[in-house]
Amino acid sequence: MSNQSGWLYSEIVKDHFMNPRNILRDDENFVADGVGITGNIKCGDEMQFLIQVDKQKGVITDCRWRTYGCASAIASTSVLSEMVKGMKLEDAYRITPKDVVKNLGSLPEHKIHCSVLGDKALRAAIDDYYRRNGMNEKIKHEEARVICQCMNVTDHEIEDAVLEGARTYQELQERTKLGTVCGQCQEEATELLKKYIAKHFGDNRK
Amino acid sequence: MPNRFIYLDHNATTPLHPEVKNTITDMFDVFGNPSSLHTVGRIARQKIEQAREIVANFIGAAPDEIIFVGSGSEANNTVLNSLSCPSQVCRLERNLRDEIITTSIEHPCVLETSKCLRERGTTVHYLPVDITGKVKLNTLKELLSEKTALVSVMYANNEIGTIQDIKAIAEIAHAQGAFFHTDAVQAVGKIPVNVKDLDVDFLTFSAHKIYGPKGVGALYVKRGTPFCPLIRGGHQERGRRAGTENTIGIVAFAKAIEMRKQEMSDEAVRLRRFKKMLIDGIKYKIPDVQFNGHPTDTLPGTLNISFAGAEGESILLYLDLEGIGVSTGSACASGSLEPSHVILATGVGAELAHGSIRISMGRENTTDDIYYTVSALERVVKKVRDMSTTYQSKLV
Repeated sequence: MSNQSGWLYSEIVKDHFMNPRNILRDDENFVADGVGITGNIKCGDEMQFLIQVDKQKGVITDCRWRTYGCASAIASTSVLSEMVKGMKLEDAYRITPKDVVKNLGSLPEHKIHCSVLGDKALRAAIDDYYRRNGMNEKIKHEEARVICQCMNVTDHEIEDAVLEGARTYQELQERTKLGTVCGQCQEEATELLKKYIAKHFGDNRK
Repeated sequence: MPNRFIYLDHNATTPLHPEVKNTITDMFDVFGNPSSLHTVGRIARQKIEQAREIVANFIGAAPDEIIFVGSGSEANNTVLNSLSCPSQVCRLERNLRDEIITTSIEHPCVLETSKCLRERGTTVHYLPVDITGKVKLNTLKELLSEKTALVSVMYANNEIGTIQDIKAIAEIAHAQGAFFHTDAVQAVGKIPVNVKDLDVDFLTFSAHKIYGPKGVGALYVKRGTPFCPLIRGGHQERGRRAGTENTIGIVAFAKAIEMRKQEMSDEAVRLRRFKKMLIDGIKYKIPDVQFNGHPTDTLPGTLNISFAGAEGESILLYLDLEGIGVSTGSACASGSLEPSHVILATGVGAELAHGSIRISMGRENTTDDIYYTVSALERVVKKVRDMSTTYQSKLV
């Protein structure tokens, strides 16, 4: 049987996939203090994250989520939902896909991008909470910076390409078409490529 | 949970037929190089030539029209490269015709090869398909010209099972003087295929889709058709495919085909019945489903289903945990973000394409397997939809 022959992913992933924690049920009346949604169904995944906040302490007391996504998205968001309970908003804001993957044990490299949805949706939910409570100054706008002027490719798109598997400048070009006109951005794009590979796939001890 | 794994992924590959297993063990001692002139070599040669006759006969070909290759992918690569070879000798053989027409729903081994040929300067056209996966013949007629060297259209689609009107397509191609190839990997051994009746110039098929071993395929090349080898450096296969022959694989391939001769038509009837049971069961138990492909011109055992609001890989992996093996051409399973190119080509929207799974049944499946699969699907799809952002009566 499949169980004996080892599963596609780690045991922790399997456990969270089989029994996802904190899924929002239709029949429960979860009153959210912040709701975030990210992803796009056309790209094959979408994530919704809801949080309840202790306003005095600025701490996430409970959360729920829903997804249209693959096994990795389900497992990583399930783990994330356990991580954030009792966490200060500022700390939850700083959770990276790498932190989630660490808690999951491991995830195949080409599936890392699936785990990005959860923390993005969480940040969107926290932003929503800040917005609802007149704390707009706390919202960190992650302004995208255009790197390739000719093809209008931003640093965010380079980061996404890395998460989707680009490891070399050529692969980055194939995915984003960056640097295919004047080629002036090659140096900067290569630096960013290295930076994002280290950020998402680098040695955890660093 | 059933006490054995229910394998419903026969379009990916099949288990060895017990008779094929016996043949393989019997063949372990036939080690001679078929090119050797001594007794040991001649024994191997004789086995291969017997196999060639059986394989050729099955599709209505002559033995010298069969080239044994390493896989269906190799056969397809061979044909595309052969008919786009830039050497003057090859070009003259095809009357200086240089264009290729294929379809948007081919197997990646055709799509990737034609993409590469395009980068090398060959003009390649991709035919669209309608909602059922049938190639649009009008577009073919429009694209065909005195420049067309080759038309390549797959016989039956691996993902949705749609069977093309190969005879009609070959006729249209020939009317314009083009050669015609069909990738029949999913067809040969599942439905009757006869190269003379179809009047094709090239036809690809493979052993492991029909209970034979992996690593052996065959390419039919009609006598007198231009040919340029992909693998050179040996006189094997009449100089058309170099490399010492895979004797055991080839003999096992022939055995698999002999078994197909006996079992194919009864099995097709049984699988069609199973498919109807699946469709009826799913329609009755699960709302908001769509069956992809052609309602009648389709492989007996292939069923492709889209579940609204439920992502394909999740369904696949939950079914795996229930002891059922299916497949999905969608996004995450393959590690790319693109949903199935076949289902998208039929005009099904991205969401339903992401939520599609393929069930492909085979000779070992039983009625109980089908009942169990319907009930497991009902549980699994409900579970996936319950956590879905897009399949809710109310969205918070």
